[in-house]
Amino acid sequence: MIFAMAFVVGGLICAVGQLLMDLTNHKVTPAHILVGFVTAGAALSALGLYQPLVELAGAGALVPLSGFGHILTQGAIRGVERDGLLGVFAGPLEAAAAGITAAIVFGYFFAILFRPKG
Amino acid sequence: MRVDFTKPAGIQRKQYRDFVDRISPKPNVLVNVIWAFLVGGLVTTIGQGLLTLFLAAGLPVLEAGAMTAVVLIFIAALLTGLGVFDDIAKYAGAGVIVPITGFANSMVAQAMEARNEGLVLGVGARLFTIAGPVLVFGIVVAWFAGLFYFLFR
Repeated sequence: MIFAMAFVVGGLICAVGQLLMDLTNHKVTPAHILVGFVTAGAALSALGLYQPLVELAGAGALVPLSGFGHILTQGAIRGVERDGLLGVFAGPLEAAAAGITAAIVFGYFFAILFRPKG
Repeated sequence: MRVDFTKPAGIQRKQYRDFVDRISPKPNVLVNVIWAFLVGGLVTTIGQGLLTLFLAAGLPVLEAGAMTAVVLIFIAALLTGLGVFDDIAKYAGAGVIVPITGFANSMVAQAMEARNEGLVLGVGARLFTIAGPVLVFGIVVAWFAGLFYFLFR
């Protein structure tokens, strides 16, 4: 069941992104999509609206970049609960550290290893 | 009607814009959205498979989620390097851009193109052409959320 929900919710979130690009004649670029979804996810998470979606759809809500925003905000909140004000600063990146480090290391590695096609 | 050159410049401009709008190829929105839905759903379902696997291996929820992201990022970065990601994105569009795979792709694709600009200002800097703004906006919003939580919890 969680797999079906992951498929449907993940697919729908991506469909929204596609509509945003197509209906604006691609004035909304992939860069805007990525920034927009991380911002929306972080904000919805702060309002308590994203966690229910995660409970419903698991990776369907976590894998889209809105889920990355959710992780950042939840990291800030967990940080406050543990360390108070310091946690506001440390929490977001602590929560997202593995993903960010993976993206930097693999990104650097593969960018050097491969040549662009054509 | 195209552009009537006897009319004032403002009207000519509007006629020209209408003409360009009419002859520009329209993206087939419905087909694109269906592709994005199917491939996006597939990517998140693969993510769910990884998540379920890591949970079954005994990782706590947050760690399992982080490992899922790491694996998807690895796959997306590799496929970008091989040039396969672009071929998929041609059809899938937002289906592979909106998931964390799009974040990894944006880093490798930009950095790879900048190889001849050197390792520091080329690869090192361009990794963050798109990832930088993503981190800036995400962290600023999360920071405000944390601050409000600290002040008003």
